[in-house]
Amino acid sequence: MNPDTLHTWVTIFVVVLTATAGDILIAGGMRKLGDLDDIRAASGLFGAIKAVLSSSMFLLGITCMALSFFSLLYALSGADLSLIAPATASLTFITTAAAAKFFLKENVDSRRWIAALFVCAGVALLAK
Amino acid sequence: MMQHTLTPRRWLILVAVMLGASIGDTLLSTGMKHIGPVSLNHLSALFFALKNAWIIAGIVVLLGFMACYMTALSWADITFVLPATAFGNVIVTVLSRFWLHEQVSLSRWLGVALIVIGVGFVANGPSRTETVETAAKVEALP
Repeated sequence: MNPDTLHTWVTIFVVVLTATAGDILIAGGMRKLGDLDDIRAASGLFGAIKAVLSSSMFLLGITCMALSFFSLLYALSGADLSLIAPATASLTFITTAAAAKFFLKENVDSRRWIAALFVCAGVALLAK
Repeated sequence: MMQHTLTPRRWLILVAVMLGASIGDTLLSTGMKHIGPVSLNHLSALFFALKNAWIIAGIVVLLGFMACYMTALSWADITFVLPATAFGNVIVTVLSRFWLHEQVSLSRWLGVALIVIGVGFVANGPSRTETVETAAKVEALP
């Protein structure tokens, strides 16, 4: 693996890691809040916005998302969109599925794990 | 067995999740290609990138995407919402090829196809939209 390729994949890895942390924190925060449509029906749009912004888990998630965003900009400045976008999005899918199982206790059934295998194979092909 | 528990409005939000990320990323990529490679020693260049019109447009689209995405997360499992973004991979590859004129190799297309097929496996899978009772009913079916 030449240094440029390694550099690109390390950047992709950082994007994926921060995006996963952001996803899990935001999902956890939203889960604690409950159905946003219900909150909006009960206390209006500003009530819903206030409820979201007062969740510390949500704010931490947003911080991770911001870090992920700048890593993505960095990645895009040096490599093709057709590599970066599918690779980061789909690897985030896998790490998030795994993290959702461990942290959010979501039911990740065998079908979702088969999906993860396909995604891994797909990402391997992207790199060629 | 497919559960039709999503309202048209919720489907619309999933479509926005699908398109938003692809179009947003393409705008960001266009902006960063204008700015050129950023070196690790000059990461502050990433903040100056925020002044670029393409980057701003990308951020606006991605904010819309985030709003739809978070709304979706409030009524569905994250592993159910993410497949919507997976089809976005096809859209982003098409945009890379025809808008940004990148060379997209055959294996890269195959990779995208595999990813979408893989994520397609879970598209109809269990989600927060199904209650414990409906799940029990599905299991009780022959």
